[in-house]
Amino acid sequence: MENPRELRYTKEHEWVKIEGDTATMGISDYAQHALTDIVYVELPKEGREFKQFESIAVVESVKSVSDVYAPLSGKVTELNKAVTEKPELVNKEPFTAGWLFRFKAKDLNELNNLMTAEQYDAYLASLKH
Amino acid sequence: MGKRTPLYDAHVRYGAHIVDFAGFDMPVYYTTVIDEHHATRNQAGLFDTSHMGEIRVKGRQALDLIQEVVSRDCSKLVDGQVALCVMCNDQGGIMDDCTVNRFGPQDYMMVVNAGTKDKDLNQILSVQAARNLDCQVIDETDDTAKLDLQGPFAEVILQKMVDINLNVIKYYRFALGKLDGVDAMLSRSGYTGEDGFEIYFPAQYAERMWEKLFELGREHGLKPCGLGARDTLRTESGYMLYGNDIDECTTPLECVYGWVVHLDKKSFVGKAALVRQKHEGIKKKLVGFEMLDKAVARHNYLLYMANREVGKVTSGCPSPTLGKNIGMAYVSEGLAEVGNTVDVRIRAEFHKARMVPMPFYKRKK
Repeated sequence: MENPRELRYTKEHEWVKIEGDTATMGISDYAQHALTDIVYVELPKEGREFKQFESIAVVESVKSVSDVYAPLSGKVTELNKAVTEKPELVNKEPFTAGWLFRFKAKDLNELNNLMTAEQYDAYLASLKH
Repeated sequence: MGKRTPLYDAHVRYGAHIVDFAGFDMPVYYTTVIDEHHATRNQAGLFDTSHMGEIRVKGRQALDLIQEVVSRDCSKLVDGQVALCVMCNDQGGIMDDCTVNRFGPQDYMMVVNAGTKDKDLNQILSVQAARNLDCQVIDETDDTAKLDLQGPFAEVILQKMVDINLNVIKYYRFALGKLDGVDAMLSRSGYTGEDGFEIYFPAQYAERMWEKLFELGREHGLKPCGLGARDTLRTESGYMLYGNDIDECTTPLECVYGWVVHLDKKSFVGKAALVRQKHEGIKKKLVGFEMLDKAVARHNYLLYMANREVGKVTSGCPSPTLGKNIGMAYVSEGLAEVGNTVDVRIRAEFHKARMVPMPFYKRKK
């Protein structure tokens, strides 16, 4: 699956999409593939404030429990209830229906700390060696 | 780099994701855990278990040594019988769970866990020395390949490459035969809750047998399965895992192994401690539980009742067969009753679970 060009990425394999003052985040196709069967997603409470790269959610596969880190600082505004009901959505559509939560971003300058799709592609290639 | 079984290259070739287990580089899954789990329940799965230890005990006083090191009375075993056993320390703590396989009245093979093999061997040798028993103790682990072929089509697949009639081998019995022309021990047993075989043969033939089994098994849906599926399959079946559910701090009376403790046996290591514990009563008991929401309880998560800590999870996972999350935990004796609900602390939150009987899954005969 191609890493969508309009997203920004973290080294921990989260993605973020900015639309106006709302940001949407999730985990990348690489991340869902490394985890394999995702069986449980624990999301933060609405209204929670967080800093960039803070541990903010948890995804669990059959065998493992993995932290998900905030791509930017912000405040949680909306949770994707579909993924708590059907965690396998994160495996099937990591960049679309499998988003985790939306938030109001605090400082868009923090985007400079993230990778573009091109940089993330190169980063994934470097992990394979 | 850890130790490797003779099938390491085959695992890599079959696309395995490799992890460390008990010092061995082992496949945790090839495709996905859930996929391999269902393959074993519905068709057949092949597991490389060559990391496990085989300790041969033979000679005039072989049985006397076996009787000393395990708590079960093995004096009434018959040739070709597989007996699930535990080895205890002097305090009654479980040093390992294993099988004792009788080849003859003076010839036994103990199959032990990989992570405890060296410890077990030392224990067996020191008991032998202390009692001055006339027998040989031989570590055959490195010379032995072990494959577990499990699932409803296991017998059909294996029958195509052995020269004996598998149909007559009963559960927890084994027979000797030729596997594709090579001497092998074929045991109807396993760790998945399905019908199937544990197959032992000389390590040098491991690659050949692995490939041949897939050649013959592919049409029946045979899949290579890793330790991930092995763990979910055994948990559903209520089988304990050494190092998770049992260790030297637990006794067989506290878990599901009470039935392999024969306190009327003349003598065995740990007997005095177990007699005392039986008399005084146990303080904790292993129980099964199922989660009442979608959260997964994992090893070492704590259990609470009315805000009081009452126990600890030892195994927990999603059950692919049952579609809910299950686990095992030690709970204070008296509270460990089927039907009781407990709060499992998962990170910052409490999630409800209900104690249920084990096994969680039982195959239809």
